[in-house]
Amino acid sequence: MLSFENESSFAPPVQRPFAMTRALRLLRRRLVGSAFVLLIVVIGSFLLLEAAPGDAVDAYIVSTGGDAGMIELLRHRWGLDQSELTRLANYLWALLHLDLGQSVTFSRPISDIILERLPTTLILMGSATALSFGLGSALGIYAGARPGSFRDRFLSIGSLALYAVPGFWLGLVLIVVFAVDLRWLPIGGIETIASGKTGFSRAADVATHLVLPVSALGFIYLALYLRMMRAGMAEAWRQDFVLAARARGLPRRRIVLAHVARNALLPLITMLGLQSAQMLGGSVVIESVFAVPGLGRLAQEAVAGRDTPLLLGIILVSAVLVIAINLLVDLAYAVLDPRVGAGEASA
Amino acid sequence: MKRLRRLLHTPEAIAGALILALLIAMALAAPLLFPGDPQAIAGPALLPPFRDWSLPLGTDRLGRDVLAELVHGARTSLAVGLAAAAAALLIGAVVGTLAGFAGGLIDEVLMRMTDAFQTVPSFLLALAFVSIVGPSLGVVVAAIAISAWTGPARVARAEVLSIRERDYVAGARVIGMHPLGIAFREVLPNALPPVLALSSVIVAAAILTEAALSFLGLGDPNRVTWGSMIAEGRTVLRTAPFLSIVPGVALVLTVLGVYLAGEGVVESTAVRRSLS
Repeated sequence: MLSFENESSFAPPVQRPFAMTRALRLLRRRLVGSAFVLLIVVIGSFLLLEAAPGDAVDAYIVSTGGDAGMIELLRHRWGLDQSELTRLANYLWALLHLDLGQSVTFSRPISDIILERLPTTLILMGSATALSFGLGSALGIYAGARPGSFRDRFLSIGSLALYAVPGFWLGLVLIVVFAVDLRWLPIGGIETIASGKTGFSRAADVATHLVLPVSALGFIYLALYLRMMRAGMAEAWRQDFVLAARARGLPRRRIVLAHVARNALLPLITMLGLQSAQMLGGSVVIESVFAVPGLGRLAQEAVAGRDTPLLLGIILVSAVLVIAINLLVDLAYAVLDPRVGAGEASA
Repeated sequence: MKRLRRLLHTPEAIAGALILALLIAMALAAPLLFPGDPQAIAGPALLPPFRDWSLPLGTDRLGRDVLAELVHGARTSLAVGLAAAAAALLIGAVVGTLAGFAGGLIDEVLMRMTDAFQTVPSFLLALAFVSIVGPSLGVVVAAIAISAWTGPARVARAEVLSIRERDYVAGARVIGMHPLGIAFREVLPNALPPVLALSSVIVAAAILTEAALSFLGLGDPNRVTWGSMIAEGRTVLRTAPFLSIVPGVALVLTVLGVYLAGEGVVESTAVRRSLS
C-alpha cells in the first residue's frame, strides 16, 4: 500500500527494486521477527520442562542408581540447584551451541538422534506436500473451471468428506487393502531390513515403502488445497479482467488457466507454509502407524519413554523447521509477486 | 421456524444436521441403551459383525460389545470436541480482543505469542502437554484448547481493529466507561460472529485431535474412545479389520456432520466464509 506514496510525483522517480533486493530486505525483516518467536517457543518449552515431574538427575539415577549424596552432587554439577533464571540462561546458552541435552531413553545427545531421524521425515513431508498440493490444485482447477456444475459440487462434497478422515485411520485402511489383502505394498518400515540393496534398487525399495504413508498423509491435506483453489477461482471469475479476457474472445481453456487459476494460485503458496506445521503434527501419527523411523515416531517414543527433554527437543527443531519453511515460502512469494516488499524501500 | 428453514436450505446442511442430531441423541441415550460398563465382557471374543443380533457389531479381542463401546465412545468424542472448541474460542476471543483493542506493546507481545503457538505443530504441543501433565479427560480438553486458540485470536483481533473505530465505541469512551468494559462489553460481542463461524472447523479438528491422542494411548484410560478402539483393533488388523474400521467410520461421519452443519449455519447467517 505504501508503494503509492513512494511513487508519487513528489519524490524523484525511484528505480523499482530488483526482485532479489526486495527478497533480501524481506528476509532481514522476517529473521528479526522469527528470532523473537523462537525465543518465546524456547521459554515455553523451558517452562514445560520445569513443569514435568522429576528432572534430568532423577532420570539418570533411575537408570544408574545412586544415593542422596550422589543426587546432591549431580544436581550441583549440572547446575540444577541454581535459580530458575540462571537455569533458563544456561538452557539458552546450551541451545545457542546446538546442544539439546542428553536423551534419557537413548543415552545419547538429543541433537544426534534428531539429525538422524530428520531426513526421513523431510522426505515423507516433502512427498506428501507435493502430492496434496499438485493433485489438490489440479482438481481444484478442474472443479473451479465450471463453478456450480455437477463435478464442482461432487468434488466439493468429496473433498469435505476426505477432510473429515483421520489420517491414522486412513493409514490403517490403506494397510488392510494394499498390504494385507492385495499384498502389493509393504506393511511398514522405511526399507526391507538387511536386504543388502544399494544405490538405485535401495532407493526404489524406500520409495515402495513410502507409497502408503505418503498417500495417507497427502490425501488428507489434498482437500484443503482443492477447496482453496476452488474458492479462489470462484472469486476470480467475478473480476473485471476475466470479463475483459472473455470480451477479447480468448479460448475458454486459456481464460481458465492463464487468468482465473493463475490468480487463485498465489494464496495456495502461502498455505503451503502455514500447512507445514500441520503436516509435521500429522506425521507423528502416520509414522507411528507405518513404523517409519522419522521425527514423528521419535516423538511417540519419547512420550512412551517419558523422555521430556527429547520431546521438547523435537518441538524446538520442528519450530525451527516451520519457521525456515515459512521464510522460504515468503521469499518465493516475493520473487513471484512484484508487489510484495516493494513499498518498504526505507525499511 | 423461518430461521430453521433457512438453516436447512441445502441438502448438505440437512444431512449434516441429521447426522449431528442422531449422534447427540445416541450420546445422550448411551446409559439407557447400554446400561452398565461398556468395557465389560459381553460374549465370545472376536465375533464378526451381523452374526449375533444381540451383539450386532460383534465383539473385540476381549469379547466386549463393539456397539456398546461405539455408543459410549460418542459421548467422549462429542464432549471433548465441544468442550475443547468452546475453550479455544473463548481464549482466542479474549486474546484477540485484548490485542486488537489495546494495540501498541500489548498487541505486539500477544501476537508474537500467537505466532509462537502457530509455529509449534499443534498436535506435537497437545502431545507434549498431555504426556507431561498426565492423561485425563480435563487435560486432553486443555491440551486441544491451547493448541487451537490461535485461529480465533487472529480473526477476533482483525474484527476488533475495525470495530474499535466505530462511533458507539467513541461514545462509550466519552461517557467514561472503563477501557476493559468497552473491550469486553461493547467490542467483543460485536466481534463474535466471524469468530463463531470458525467453530465447526475447530470442533472437527478437536474431535480428530482427541482421536489421534487416544490412538497413541494418551486418552483418558478410564473411558472408551473411538481412537482407543481403533488402536485396540490395530493389534488384530489382519484377522479382524472391522474392529478398526467401524469406529473410524463413526469418526468420519461425526466430523463430516460437523462440517456440513457448520457450512449450513455459516451460509444461513450470511457471514462470509473465511478459510482459516
